[in-house]
Amino acid sequence: MTNGKSFLSRQDLLALAVLAALLFIVLPVSVDIFRLNLVGKYLTYAFVAIGLVLCWGMGGILSLGQGVFFGLGGYCMAMFLKLEASTPEATKIQSTPGIPDFMDWNQLTELPWFWEPFKSFGFTLAAILILPAIFAFIVGAAMFKRRVGGVYFAIITQAIAAILTILIIGQQGYTGGVNGITDLRTLMGWDIRTDSAKYVLYFLNGGLLMAVLVLCLFVLKSKLGRLLVALRDKEDRVRFSGYDVANFKIFVFCFAAVLSAIGGAMFTLQVGFMSPSFVGIVPSIEMVIYCAVGGRLSIFGAVYGTLLVNWAKTTFSETFPELWLFGLGALFIAVVLVFPNGLAGVYRAQVAPRVKKWLHTRKSGPDAPVQDPQAAE
Amino acid sequence: MNTLANNTDFLLSIENLTVSFDGFKAVNDLNLYVDENEIHVIIGPNGAGKTTVLDLICGRTKATDGSVKFRNRELTSMKEHEIVREGVGRKFQNPSIYEDLTVFENLEISFPRGRNVFGALTFKRDEEVVSRVREIAEMVFLDTLLDMQAALLSHGQKQWLEIGMLLIQDPELLMLDEPVAGMSVSERKQTAKLLNEITKGRSVLVVEHDMKFVEDIAHRVTVLHQGKILSEGSMAKVQADPKVIDVYLGH
Repeated sequence: MTNGKSFLSRQDLLALAVLAALLFIVLPVSVDIFRLNLVGKYLTYAFVAIGLVLCWGMGGILSLGQGVFFGLGGYCMAMFLKLEASTPEATKIQSTPGIPDFMDWNQLTELPWFWEPFKSFGFTLAAILILPAIFAFIVGAAMFKRRVGGVYFAIITQAIAAILTILIIGQQGYTGGVNGITDLRTLMGWDIRTDSAKYVLYFLNGGLLMAVLVLCLFVLKSKLGRLLVALRDKEDRVRFSGYDVANFKIFVFCFAAVLSAIGGAMFTLQVGFMSPSFVGIVPSIEMVIYCAVGGRLSIFGAVYGTLLVNWAKTTFSETFPELWLFGLGALFIAVVLVFPNGLAGVYRAQVAPRVKKWLHTRKSGPDAPVQDPQAAE
Repeated sequence: MNTLANNTDFLLSIENLTVSFDGFKAVNDLNLYVDENEIHVIIGPNGAGKTTVLDLICGRTKATDGSVKFRNRELTSMKEHEIVREGVGRKFQNPSIYEDLTVFENLEISFPRGRNVFGALTFKRDEEVVSRVREIAEMVFLDTLLDMQAALLSHGQKQWLEIGMLLIQDPELLMLDEPVAGMSVSERKQTAKLLNEITKGRSVLVVEHDMKFVEDIAHRVTVLHQGKILSEGSMAKVQADPKVIDVYLGH
């Protein structure tokens, strides 16, 4: 039983400390800024993977369209940055100065109305958090209130990812089309392309990731976390215990969507562009693989899984570019067949008992943590 | 609708209840009443519509026609969780518990507090919850197994756990679908004792096949056949009814 005093057990604190040491000390001193920026990019996917742990691993709701929310967050940020980069002076060679370059190429002569509010940074930040939540709420309410679940839900989310990609590519004048929104330069006058800015953004990203992990631990340790597990297992029993099941599913789907959007916004800041290739079906499924490799029941596992798969992707596609997709497929099959609980499952079986022992011998007391099997370590 | 009485003294009154699946009437113009503090057992051959009646009461199946009134409140238009909140608890035929959670957590989730999203996030495991969980666990013979993962319980213990999960909600009407199916003889006896204990202050509607068990617990028996009532009354009266002997009990 977890005690009511604090939702962070000693094991959680250890896991947070180890990850913080890796992200904030080991990696920054051991790799150059180019590689560190890549790690930062990978970590933005980890936000999506963490959301999938809650939504899919805990709640049993498999979404194959998380790229939609990653994209919504990323595009919101990109729109703000693009408007800032499109001052009349910077775009004076265009036939309509003051609007983003791709609009000018597509014969638009004024800024579309829905771009206007993205001139405000405050609105942009709010939109990054609220837009995906609203969108997820609409999708979730439409599906879960009608008791659509399982495979059908997965297919519908995939269809939404496909629709949004087609929409973005088709509406080139409004969205930048297949190239996405590129050539982003400054954030409130601060050049995000310099090495020092990349360091700052990397640490900001890492800090946000830590905050998100703590928030997720709070949710998972609350009764809501146990309810998610319960409704994954026996949805009818939860319903006939007096809960409106759909509301809980909508909540966790929206929560995962907002996390994905934060990742998307940080992606845009660190990578300097956003394109539909991060929105569609393939990236959405890749994000599910990160989560599965890390362990779909562990939020920390999801972070390590994301890092590992992306590190492998970069390494292999530098050396054997044509073999990478086969490697990714093989990895997924291996995870499903051999390690159904991913890296976290291996950790839980092999390493965790030893860590627990070590923690107990270090500081044995009456409040030593007694973990329930569900808690993410 | 011309029913016998629109408001009754019964805890549960089912009137003219009909449900048809593609023209097949699984329950056909059924009238059934459950008194306060009564153990009412529904028996009947396979396919008689016993489980469907429970499904109709708890909102899992929507009625084609007729009414289900609980304390004179119409249930047929309510959603499942609203019916539960009215005070109707339902146990399923197969033990339906959360296998990945502990016995304590199973009971805690069923504790009737913090049932919306915000309430669940801020739910505190306080003294009231802990003592209530312990009290119920003792009633269903699981007080020494609170920290065990529910998947590891025996079949009979899972059945008891589910009954416990209903009891912690303190329902006025408890519906049990074959509560002793798959139980050993001693477990059956314990369950009969349990049911007689928990019926103080509440009514229990049971679907059961085991005649010995029915004899042990039933205050009143309804025999269903092809969605209609074949016979109703005390166990002795029903057992002596030639129609019942003909279609169900056998000669």
